[in-house]
Amino acid sequence: MTDTDTKTGSERPDKAPPSPSLIASLALKHRAGGIAVPAVTVVLAFLMGGLVVLATGHNPLLAYRDIFNGAGLNWIFHPTTNLVHTSAYNLSQTLLQTTTLILCGLAVAFAFRCGLFNIGGQGQYFVGLFVANWLGVDFAGLTPALHILLCVVAGTLAGAVWAGIAGFLKATVGAHEVITTIMLNWIAIWVGSWLFGAGGPLQNSADKSIPISSDIADSAKLPVIWGQQQLQGLHIGIFVALAALVVFWAVLNRTTVGYEVRAVGFNPEAAAYGGINVKKNVIRAMAISGAFAGLAGTLDITGYLYHYGQSDIPFSSVGFLGIAVALLGRNTAAGVGLGALLFGALLFGTTHGLTSNVIQPELAGNLTYIIQGLVVLFIGADVLILYVWNTRRKLRLPRANA
Amino acid sequence: MSTWVERLDNPLSARLRDPAATGYAGIVLGVFAAFLAIPPIQARTVTWPIIVGVPAVALGIWTVTRGRVRLGWGSAATGVLGIGLGILATRSGTGNLNAVFDAALIAQTFAFATPLVFGAIGGMFSERSGVVNIGLEGMMLMGAFWGVYGADKGGSWVVGILVGMAVGAVLAVVYAYFAIHLRADQIVGGTAVNFLALGITGYFFFQLYHGNYIPNGVSQIPNVKLPLISGSHFLGPAIGNLNLMIWAGFALVIISYVVVFKTPIGLRIRACGEHPRAADTVGINVYAVRYGCVVLSGILASLGGVYLSDGFGGGTFINNMTDGRGFIALAAMIFGNWRPAGAFAAAVLFGFSSAVALRLQVYSPSASTLFNVLPYVLTLIAVAGVIGRTVPPAADGKPYQRQ
Repeated sequence: MTDTDTKTGSERPDKAPPSPSLIASLALKHRAGGIAVPAVTVVLAFLMGGLVVLATGHNPLLAYRDIFNGAGLNWIFHPTTNLVHTSAYNLSQTLLQTTTLILCGLAVAFAFRCGLFNIGGQGQYFVGLFVANWLGVDFAGLTPALHILLCVVAGTLAGAVWAGIAGFLKATVGAHEVITTIMLNWIAIWVGSWLFGAGGPLQNSADKSIPISSDIADSAKLPVIWGQQQLQGLHIGIFVALAALVVFWAVLNRTTVGYEVRAVGFNPEAAAYGGINVKKNVIRAMAISGAFAGLAGTLDITGYLYHYGQSDIPFSSVGFLGIAVALLGRNTAAGVGLGALLFGALLFGTTHGLTSNVIQPELAGNLTYIIQGLVVLFIGADVLILYVWNTRRKLRLPRANA
Repeated sequence: MSTWVERLDNPLSARLRDPAATGYAGIVLGVFAAFLAIPPIQARTVTWPIIVGVPAVALGIWTVTRGRVRLGWGSAATGVLGIGLGILATRSGTGNLNAVFDAALIAQTFAFATPLVFGAIGGMFSERSGVVNIGLEGMMLMGAFWGVYGADKGGSWVVGILVGMAVGAVLAVVYAYFAIHLRADQIVGGTAVNFLALGITGYFFFQLYHGNYIPNGVSQIPNVKLPLISGSHFLGPAIGNLNLMIWAGFALVIISYVVVFKTPIGLRIRACGEHPRAADTVGINVYAVRYGCVVLSGILASLGGVYLSDGFGGGTFINNMTDGRGFIALAAMIFGNWRPAGAFAAAVLFGFSSAVALRLQVYSPSASTLFNVLPYVLTLIAVAGVIGRTVPPAADGKPYQRQ
């Protein structure tokens, strides 16, 4: 390690600044290697995933080819809008997953830019989904535009409130956001099991033996732009997600709010010295993060799921995939978009989309988790060193050591 | 001033007014109030729990105003819980109560608590040395799968335990390398460990067992029959036939307390977690201590996993078997304020809530499901500082760079 580079003799020993060479090399990487580092990470993760596949007696190249086709990415070789073709259908499904993952990735990325680790995207996603499901079923008499608006706004707000709890606790009593968001995740998961479970408030009224909610009213369903509603067509949520990317970029780089968020993220003490209210920004950044995740849950239920069940809850991991998406995309709008496409393709291409005689979906689905874990591990070791030094300094709020 | 004040100042009454004494008295009263409501006493009117519970709350509030905030709220909370249970008990049938509260509940509480005990103690070692371990869940899951795999292929539960420990240690070494040597963000690294474990166990479970269940008759971790006690009416079903790992968990709590607080090794571990630079200055190898602690946490967490699959689970495995238990263990560690006894108490409390939740399923599946949020809500309240403050080690989660 670089243990002899500097002898700074800092007052705060465990937070000594890194050696200039390290910072310089990382800054260089940050500028020059904006795409190179994530690309290398992905290649490395796929290589190691391939080794696992090879070691268990499958051909990794053929397996990856089948996953590629399963995700519908072979569509580029013969583009068509006709969903009779498997590739076109698979692509539409990949884009459905991408929609969700863009928003879940933004939920993690926005908090990261404020120096916060929002590990609770899954819980915020669920809360948004629950609220949208409830409103979608109960307010069946509304006109479609109004009903959709109600669901989307309320679901987004629910996610914002859920994350806002963690932000509030961080700002007021200094409770670490990682711990509180993990707890909030599990509270959301169990509350969801209760809501949809036997005798739960959101369980369907038709058959009380099935722990599934009723379908939302037609007036709450988002318009489908590619494919058919009955066959999980691609809904207009994809445009909402793309717009969210633009909003994310604009808010961070072109508004006072974004400036303050980034300032707090770089150095909370300096930001406070400069007259920025750090506590307010912590709460606000968490709430905005949660809003993205809540919106993801809302769009899923109003866009193509329409109902949700108790048994669906443990199988949803989009909130956690959002962490990988954000880290891979280096918390930028364009990066999150690309990362979401990659993991959206993996998510669908290794499960429902996969038809292969090389590797079964049960194996490939878990391969996604392995690749996801490797990506997070490698990215965490590389780019995040910068964050460790710059932004992960603990907010030393007045009561933190009380 | 007056004789009245002088009388209050005499030693005996001063001791009685000591906030610690009133706080503990309140807790005892609160527990007693709850105890009145359940078998074998089972007061059928709500009066008795209220009569006992209200003083408990009052004592708690008195204690809070005297400065022992955590203890006071604890006392007030047990009082409220006692009254609540009393009301609940009088509203439901005697048969139901007997089904929920019996001696076997104690055994079941320990069974649910043991994976949490192993995970929480493991996490405590890691965090005491200054490395946050969010990856407990993943390490536990690895132990669960590879432990039962080892027991199946090796033919003995001993092999299972060894294999589980080894795999947990390997995963922990990988994590330690990234967290300590590469100084990666520890939260990110821990998250990665959880994903990896989920993927690896799921992949190999399907690959090695072709999507089928693990066959019956896998050698399981045995129960310990206590011949003197097992005949007893109450103690027999309660502790007469507990799994070996449950007793190992009890021993672990005592051993880890002694190691962390009474030995030079423990002092070194704590020094690395509180002030690594100072520890380095006096000649402690911070990296080595942290490596050791992270690997130990991996071994302990995976032992909890082995118990889950090959003891508690009866020699089976299902995908994502731990189902958040690693995170409850993390919560228990925080709730127990990074101390072995505290973590154990929290794990037993969470285990108790799981055991009660399981039994409530008989007459209210809905309430039973909701009951599962209890550990997380309690931990959220604890870190929010409502019941005193939880204080992590000062250098917890901060990578150390030698100079």
